[in-house]
Amino acid sequence: MFGLSMSITLFFPSFDFISAESTWVGLDKALSNGRTMGWSFEDPLVRGDGKPLTVILDKDPKTGETIDPPVRAYVYKPGTPLASPINHPNNLGPTVKSLGFSKGKIDQASKEAGAVFTISYADVNGEEWAYPELASVTRGWTVEATLATAGDENTRYVGKGKQVYTTEQCWWCHTLLPEHTQDWQVFGWPPYQGDMNGEMPTAFGSDRKAPDLLHVASRNSSREWMMMHFFNPRLVQPNSIMPRFDYLWGKVDVNGNPIDYAKWRKEYEAYRKGEVAYPPEVPEYARDSEIRALIDWILTSLK
Amino acid sequence: MLFKYLTAKNEDIPPGTATIYFGFSSILWFIIGTGLGSFNAAKLAFPDFVTGTELFAFGHMRQVHVLAVILGWISMAFAMTMMYMTPALGNTRLWSEKLGVWTAFLWNVGLSLGLFLLWLGFTSGREYSDLIWPIDLVVVFGVLLPLGINVWMTIAQRKTQGIYITNWFFGACIFMVIIVFLVGNSAELFNLTGLTEGYLTFWFAHNVLGLWITPVAAAIAYYTIPKLSGNPLYSHRIGHLHFWAIIAFYSTPASHHLLSAPLPEWLKSFASVEGVLILIPAVAFVANILLTIKGRWSMFVENIETKFSITGVLLAIPLNMQGGFQQTRAINWYVHGTGWIVAHAHLALLGMSSFLEIAAVYFGLQQMLKRKLYSLALANFHYWFVIIGFCIYWISMTIAGLIQGGGKIYEVPYIDVVIAEHPYMIARWIGGTMVFTGNVVWLYNMYMTAREGTVVPKGRYAHELAYER
Ligand code: HEC
Ligand code: HEM
Repeated sequence: MFGLSMSITLFFPSFDFISAESTWVGLDKALSNGRTMGWSFEDPLVRGDGKPLTVILDKDPKTGETIDPPVRAYVYKPGTPLASPINHPNNLGPTVKSLGFSKGKIDQASKEAGAVFTISYADVNGEEWAYPELASVTRGWTVEATLATAGDENTRYVGKGKQVYTTEQCWWCHTLLPEHTQDWQVFGWPPYQGDMNGEMPTAFGSDRKAPDLLHVASRNSSREWMMMHFFNPRLVQPNSIMPRFDYLWGKVDVNGNPIDYAKWRKEYEAYRKGEVAYPPEVPEYARDSEIRALIDWILTSLK
Repeated sequence: MLFKYLTAKNEDIPPGTATIYFGFSSILWFIIGTGLGSFNAAKLAFPDFVTGTELFAFGHMRQVHVLAVILGWISMAFAMTMMYMTPALGNTRLWSEKLGVWTAFLWNVGLSLGLFLLWLGFTSGREYSDLIWPIDLVVVFGVLLPLGINVWMTIAQRKTQGIYITNWFFGACIFMVIIVFLVGNSAELFNLTGLTEGYLTFWFAHNVLGLWITPVAAAIAYYTIPKLSGNPLYSHRIGHLHFWAIIAFYSTPASHHLLSAPLPEWLKSFASVEGVLILIPAVAFVANILLTIKGRWSMFVENIETKFSITGVLLAIPLNMQGGFQQTRAINWYVHGTGWIVAHAHLALLGMSSFLEIAAVYFGLQQMLKRKLYSLALANFHYWFVIIGFCIYWISMTIAGLIQGGGKIYEVPYIDVVIAEHPYMIARWIGGTMVFTGNVVWLYNMYMTAREGTVVPKGRYAHELAYER
């Protein structure tokens, strides 16, 4: 009896899962997130170590030619564990897998040497398919050249940002799964079957006390707003029950000056009581802070 | 005191030691768990309640509460009851008292470590299987497997002919929960990703509740109610129907938690149908128990253990009515992801399950300590605080959930939903704090029972003497 129910609920669905073809969204998530989130050997302190970087390229790192519209590339420095569908290409789905091998050369990727991936399109029987491409082989984009071409302003710490979401466990209030009912009119389209191939964890969330975030960046793409909202949600939304995430700023701001949280809270308290007209300024975050990674992830991945 | 038994010879450990060890641990975890729950509730009502450090952020605390009550309170209370019911029903002694004591010890250490790490943010990111996989392995091989071996061996060396329904459940549920843990966490162990991972997460969440938390609680009632009332179980055969129906119908509807996810449609439909069929074991259980207590309803008023037990059984009625129907697509679209579900979760765990275990812990501790309850008045205080606190919680969250559902369907700006829920968040916090207070009183009462309770003469039951001086 137990065996029967096990095969119906585990064995049979596995055929459906294995035939799910990865979409562009799925490839983007998998390649930008890296191997896994949560505690793992590559990230023992759950700080977001061992994750790839996502860069937005408007110039070809090898030839210097303009790329319009800009494309995303996923940079794995030597030693960064490769994304799950690169290690286990069956996760891509049968068609995407064969494109990834024949055109994308993803089987030549190696963790030790480092790798740069991008997502390309091919035509199969009149349909457009997205597939992963190992750009360091097919286009000669090296890790250093790609990072140098993008520069810090076009580098997004997406993988690390998703790890911050995981560590801070935002899904106890937010979901990443718009529902099939009216939800999509406000929160956007529910995901397709191939939208999470290679993602771990999916962190759908089951218990919603706050807006769905799957497409939040399409509603609101202001970095400034995000910054104020995370430092203290009550700055922009007085009735919010979202916790303050000011601690994600760390000890210093963008110029390396220590952030005086006690002073900030005191000034904020005065503002809240109506003693002063304006709230204190939110400190500019440091380039390697966790909050930068989190906002990078939201604005890049949650479109 | 109890630590000395870790190194003692098995024969030198008095029977009941493991029960007592587990019993007090579970009450302690109940206090920790409900304390955390009340803290979290306060944070949802007043977001700036304790702020400025990640350690007291809601995201870091919420699942510590959930796992403290599930793996600390409920599961340890289960282990406690297994330590005394299994041998009693087999007319024998526990297979190894020492193994029992060690299991309790490892359990406390492993769970403390796991929850501490979870609190710091070391999580797998998967709801209910949040513990990182090394801790999961400790839970399976350090806790559940030794517990299982003890129970299975005790059943094997029983001196009775058949196996009573309670022991059927105990033996089978430990086996199934081990499988559930291993399969559910295989996503972390083998880096399974995407929909497979999402599905396994809720496969685990569903089955750990359905094959462990509710059936073992029911099994406990199959022992306590006949024992306390003196009436034989109404029908052993209905008990078997309950048992097999649980295995057939409760192990399959996992995907009804993910009706909005792009899982195969056949799987979701199958899950919803199976989910309604859960009413079969549910009705079998409730009917069986209520027919057993027939003629002894006065005990519902007079006897504290019966009061808790029957309250738990009665709460199983709304629980299963909600459970069976809220997971159909027709209703789920309205309540999914709202406070309604939180209310339902607490109806299952704090209502039905916890009440049954509280009764069994009261009964077992008095039995094994051979002492009468220190104060019946305090026990009644405990009962009323827990039931009133629970009702406030349940009703307020149900209303909040309906508001939220309405807001979802009519596309109300989300912040207005947050504002509308605020009073109910405060009510929930008050209710939860009452539960917590009741539990603190309970621990005091049990501690005083162990120290000063009247010694029960051989051959009598503690509850028979409840009103004697
Ligand atoms: C206690 C529950 C809670 C937690 C935990 C929480 N949030 Fe929120 N969040 C809210 C609520 C309520 C809102 C809506 C009101 C507002 O805008 O503040 C919100 C709004 C947002 C918004 C704006 C959504 C929109 O539609 O404009 C973003 C983005 C967001 N949260 C991100 C996060 C991230 C990232 C985390 C984890 C680091 C997080 N939240 C943790 C409750 C929470
Ligand atoms: C003092 C009493 C309690 C209080 C105040 C309390 C409070 C809470 C809070 C605030 C949450 C988070 C809900 C949310 O995210 O919206 C929660 C979740 C949960 N609690 Fe409790 N709790 C209490 C007792 C218990 C007990 C005794 C159990 C089980 C034995 C329990 C099991 C759970 C579960 C399973 C969840 C997850 C619910 C879900 O995922 O929908 N709680 N609790």
